[in-house]
Amino acid sequence: MDTSVSPATQTTDTQTAQQAPKVQARKVNVFYGNKQALFDVNLDIPDRSVTSFIGPSGCGKSTFLRCINRMNDTIDICRVEGDILLDGKDVYARDVDPVILRASVGMVFQKPNPFPKSIFDNVAYGPRIHGLASNPEELSEIVETSLRRAGLWTEVADRLDEPGTGLSGGQQQRLVIARAIAVRPEVILMDEPCSALDPIATARIEELIDDLRNNYCIIMVTHSMAQAARVSQHTAFFHLGKLVEAGPTEQIFTNPNDKRTQDYITGRFG
Amino acid sequence: MAALVVVMLLAWFNGRTKAVASAGAHPSTLHSLPGYSGTYLAIWSVLPAFILLALFGLFGDLLLNLQIRHSLPADIRALPAEQVELFMRNARALAFGGTASETSAALQEAARAYASLSRTSNFVVIGAVILLTIGGFLFARGRIGKNFRARNHVEAVIFGVLVVCSAIAILTTLGIVLSLLTESLRFFSEINTLDFLFGLKWSPQTALRADQVGQSGSFGAVPLFAGTFLITFIAMVVAAPVGLYSAIYLSEYAKPATRRIVKPILEILAGVPTVVYGFFALLTIGPFIRHAAEAVGLSAQTQSALSAGLVMGIMIIPFVSSLSDDVINAVPQALRDGSYAMGATQAETVRNVVFPAALPGIMGALLLAISRAIGETMIVVMAAGQSANLTANPLEPVTTVTVQIVTLLTGDQEFDSAKTLSAFALGLVLFIITLGLNIISLRVVRKYRERYD
Ligand SMILES: Nc1ncnc2c1ncn2[C@@H]1O[C@H](COP(=O)(O)OP(=O)(O)O)[C@@H](O)[C@H]1O
Ligand SMILES: [Mg+2]
Repeated sequence: MDTSVSPATQTTDTQTAQQAPKVQARKVNVFYGNKQALFDVNLDIPDRSVTSFIGPSGCGKSTFLRCINRMNDTIDICRVEGDILLDGKDVYARDVDPVILRASVGMVFQKPNPFPKSIFDNVAYGPRIHGLASNPEELSEIVETSLRRAGLWTEVADRLDEPGTGLSGGQQQRLVIARAIAVRPEVILMDEPCSALDPIATARIEELIDDLRNNYCIIMVTHSMAQAARVSQHTAFFHLGKLVEAGPTEQIFTNPNDKRTQDYITGRFG
Repeated sequence: MAALVVVMLLAWFNGRTKAVASAGAHPSTLHSLPGYSGTYLAIWSVLPAFILLALFGLFGDLLLNLQIRHSLPADIRALPAEQVELFMRNARALAFGGTASETSAALQEAARAYASLSRTSNFVVIGAVILLTIGGFLFARGRIGKNFRARNHVEAVIFGVLVVCSAIAILTTLGIVLSLLTESLRFFSEINTLDFLFGLKWSPQTALRADQVGQSGSFGAVPLFAGTFLITFIAMVVAAPVGLYSAIYLSEYAKPATRRIVKPILEILAGVPTVVYGFFALLTIGPFIRHAAEAVGLSAQTQSALSAGLVMGIMIIPFVSSLSDDVINAVPQALRDGSYAMGATQAETVRNVVFPAALPGIMGALLLAISRAIGETMIVVMAAGQSANLTANPLEPVTTVTVQIVTLLTGDQEFDSAKTLSAFALGLVLFIITLGLNIISLRVVRKYRERYD
C-alpha cells in the first residue's frame, strides 16, 4: 500500500497531480454473456480529485464503474478480464474479498436507495457490519461525523430515528452518501448521482462532491456536460464500449484530441 | 329477459345512428363518441324496466300475500298465526296447481282470489315494463344530439353499477354476520354465555327423552378452542420457519433454473386435497408418532394433535413460502445493491435489508396461513379425532371448533335444539377471533409500512 496517501492528510490540487494514480485500469474487457460491453480500457484515476465519465447511454460507463468495486460480481452473466489496480494492488486478485474491497470503495447510485430503516440505522449500517465502532457512543459519533460531512446533519439532527425513506430526494441522496462515507472509504463511485434530482438538490450535491474531493478519490458518471465541467478535474469519454479519450477536464472540453469527443461535447450526437 | 337484450341492442344501434346523424358530415364535432350515445339509449330503454321487474320479483309475492290476507274472512283471520300461515300455504298451493293438505269453501275462495290477483298483477307489471321501455327509449332519444354529454351520463351509470356491486358484497357479509348473531343469541338464551365461553367440558348431546341418563349436554367451548390453538400452533411451528427459509432460498440464493423447477413443486403441495393430507396423517404420520413415542416410553394414540398439526403445517408451507417469495422478490434490487456496495455479504443483506423490508408482507403471509390453519377441518377430523379433550399434550387426541361445527350440523337433528344452535355460537366466536386476528395484522402491517416507506 502507498503509505504517502492517508485519508487524514489534507493535500492541495497541485500536489495530487504528481501523485501515483489511485485507481488504474489495465486492458479491461467486460462481457455480459457473449456480448462485450467494454474493450481494452486503460485508465489512470488520480486520488483526491473528481473524475467524471461521460458518453452516450449504453457505452459502458456504469459497467466500468462497477468493475472498480466488483459490483459486477453480483451479476451472474458478467465476466471481467484485465486488471483493476487500487493503490497498485489488483482488486480481482484471488486473495481479495470483494466484501472487504467494497468497504474501501463506496458507491452511490442513480436513484437514492436508503434502506427502510431510520436515518441513524442507515448511516450506522456499514459501521455495524464491519465492526467499526466498539461501543454505542462511538457509533453515534461516526454517524454524526458522516452526516456532517454529507451536509445533512443540521437538517436531520433532531429526527435521527425517523425513516430515511421519508426524506426528500436530495436529502435521501445525501443520506446515501453519508452512509457510504461512514465506512471510511478511500474511493467513492457515483453513478449519475443527480439525474433523479431537481436543480436545487443537484446544486447541493455538487457542492458536497466538491467538498469531499479533499479527502476522497471520487469517480462520477454524469450525463450533464455542464456538471462534468463544474465539478470534475478529470474527464474520461467513453463511446461504444471503448475509452476514447481521458485527461484534465479543461482540456477535454476546450481542446479534445478526438473528433468523437468533440462531436459529443458539442451535442452533435447524444 | 331475451326481449330486453334485443331491445338493448336495437336501442344501442339506434342511439348511435342518431348521434352520428346529428353531427352531420363532421362526426368529430360530437361531444361524445357515437358508441356512448348508443349505450346511453340502451341503458334508458332497459334499466328502468329491469329495475321494476327485479323489484316485482323480490317483493311481488309479499305484496300479493298481504293483499289476500287482508281480504280473508274475519273468522279465519282470528285464528292463531300458525294456522293462518297454513291456510295461506294451502291457498297458494290450490291457486298454482300444487297439492293442498285440506280443502274447504273458504280455502277455494281464497285460492281463486289469489289466482286472479296474481294474473292481474302480472298484466300490470308487463304493461308497465313495456311502457317504461318505450318511455325511457323516447326520453333518451330525445336528448341525444350533437352536444349531448352521453359519455358523462354513461359513466355515471357505470359508477352506480360499481357501487351496487360492492354494496352486494358488503350486504352479504352483513347478512351472514346477522344470521350468525341471531342464531347465537337464541343459543345463548338457552345456555349461559359464561358457561359456554369458559366451560371446560364439551359434550353437546342433550337428552332426547327425560329418562335418558348421562346426557345432560354441556357446552363448554374451551376444549375446542384449546384444541384449535394447539393444532394451529404446531402447524405454524412447522410452516413458518420452513416456509420462510424456503422462500428466502428461492428468491435470494436459488439459480433461476432451480427456482423455475422448485417453486411449482412447492405449489403443488397447495393443490393436494386436504382429505389426502388427512389420510396421510392418519395412516403414516399417526402410527409413526405412536411408535416413536412408545419407543421413548411415552403413551400416544394414533390420532393426536401432533400428527394433525404436523401435516397441517406441511399443508400450509406453500402458502407461507409462495407468498413470502413474492414479497421478497418485490423488494427493490436497488436496496440489495446498496447493501452489497457497503460491503455486506449476501447473508447480511438478506438479514438486515431484504427481510425487514419484506416483513409487512411476510406478516401478512403468516397471518393468512394461521387463518387457513384455524379454518382447516378435514385433516383434523381424520388425524386428531373428535374427542374434546382439554390438554396441552400434543400426543393426545383433541378436536377443533370447525370439526365440532361439522359434526353438530351433519346429524339428523331438530334444527333448533341447543346442540345445533351451538354450532352458530361456535361459528360466531371463531369469526370474532379471525376478525380480531385480521385487525391486529393490519395494524402491525401498517405500523411497519409507516416506518419503512
Ligand atoms: N446486467 C446486464 N446484463 C446484460 N447486459 C448489460 C447489463 N448491464 C449493462 N449491460 C449492457 O452493457 C452495455 C453498457 O451498459 P452500461 O454500462 O449500463 O452503459 P451506461 O452506463 O454507459 O449507459 C449496454 O449495451 C448494456 O445493454
Ligand atoms: Mg449507466
